[in-house]
Amino acid sequence: MHELSIAQALVEQVARIAGEQHAEYATHIRIRIGPLSGVEAELLASAFPLAAAGSLAEHARLDILQAPVRVRCQTCGAESDATANRLLCGACGDWHTQVISGDELILESVELEMREANESV
Amino acid sequence: MKVCDTCGCNLTPGNRKFAYKPVEPGATTVSVLQNLLKKNDDQAAHNRAHFDARGILAVNLMSSPGSGKTALLEATIRALKSEFGIAVIEGDLETENDAERIRAQGVPAHQIVTGTACHLDAHLVHDALHHMNLDGIDILFIENVGNLVCPASFDLGQHANVTLLSVTEGDDKPAKYPVMFRAADVVLITKTDLLPYLDDFDPVRSEMHVRHLANSAPVMRLSARKDAGMEAWFDWLRQQLAAQRARVNSGTTRRPAIQAEGARMHSSNI
Repeated sequence: MHELSIAQALVEQVARIAGEQHAEYATHIRIRIGPLSGVEAELLASAFPLAAAGSLAEHARLDILQAPVRVRCQTCGAESDATANRLLCGACGDWHTQVISGDELILESVELEMREANESV
Repeated sequence: MKVCDTCGCNLTPGNRKFAYKPVEPGATTVSVLQNLLKKNDDQAAHNRAHFDARGILAVNLMSSPGSGKTALLEATIRALKSEFGIAVIEGDLETENDAERIRAQGVPAHQIVTGTACHLDAHLVHDALHHMNLDGIDILFIENVGNLVCPASFDLGQHANVTLLSVTEGDDKPAKYPVMFRAADVVLITKTDLLPYLDDFDPVRSEMHVRHLANSAPVMRLSARKDAGMEAWFDWLRQQLAAQRARVNSGTTRRPAIQAEGARMHSSNI
């Protein structure tokens, strides 16, 4: 259950970015994860409110984009879908492949409510 | 945040739509595109630089609880401590037992007690390093918390990952825990002296499951207790230390990245 650690890292990162941008709070967080990152999207989604409580990400919406597992074959060059425990080439069946999607654990973007904008309204 | 995180140079046609999503007045969207574990990764890079500056090879041992990590280390230290300076960082939820077993072999060991945490992270390892004297150390083993899931996601600053699979477990463990076995630089099938009593564990099948993860890491069979198959493991360690010394001399390092080239491809596939 390391998803709580990941959620805490996410909240910390969002808070730092919000601080640097002089934002009041975060409204929307978008992350992208793949099955080979070792992080379970549902567990992360349920850990997020615990990690975010009391922070400026407390009321942010968390969107988790799930990356598909895709491989590129080093033998025949084909790109194909794969599953987490069978990273074989869909064209020739070889196991000498490279994962080109599916192991991401990325904070893509943060939407912030700006302090200055609020004051001018 | 570094300049590149905001200037847009890390945007690609594939991910631009996430970065420049139209937002309501008063709001702003910041494109980040950073690894979620950036803070851990930065600390890990610092640890790795620390090891490299001292010419130390750092090896991370991962497996289920009870697959023989500490027994492997005891036998390895007995055989190699006259050849190399060895130190060990032990990670467990509770007790100092494993560190005491290592110290009994005559080498320094520091125990990290994680409490409830299911994995080591780069900060815990960094704190441990401040309690250790690394003078004269060639190889630092980090025995991670026994767990086939969480430790695979946290870089500690090591140069190589060793994953153990004991024959009393299922031979399909690599298929069940792909993230862990994909990260392995070497897979050790341990307790092979018990194979005659276990008719359902097939080492060939284990190796096939590792290959299905597109991992070409060597798969070795050994028994630390019966001193069988250990020489291949010792040779692997000697090769790793030689490779580390060559990297140090050429000013390079090695993160046990999983398919580094694949990671670079991601920038155009996000």
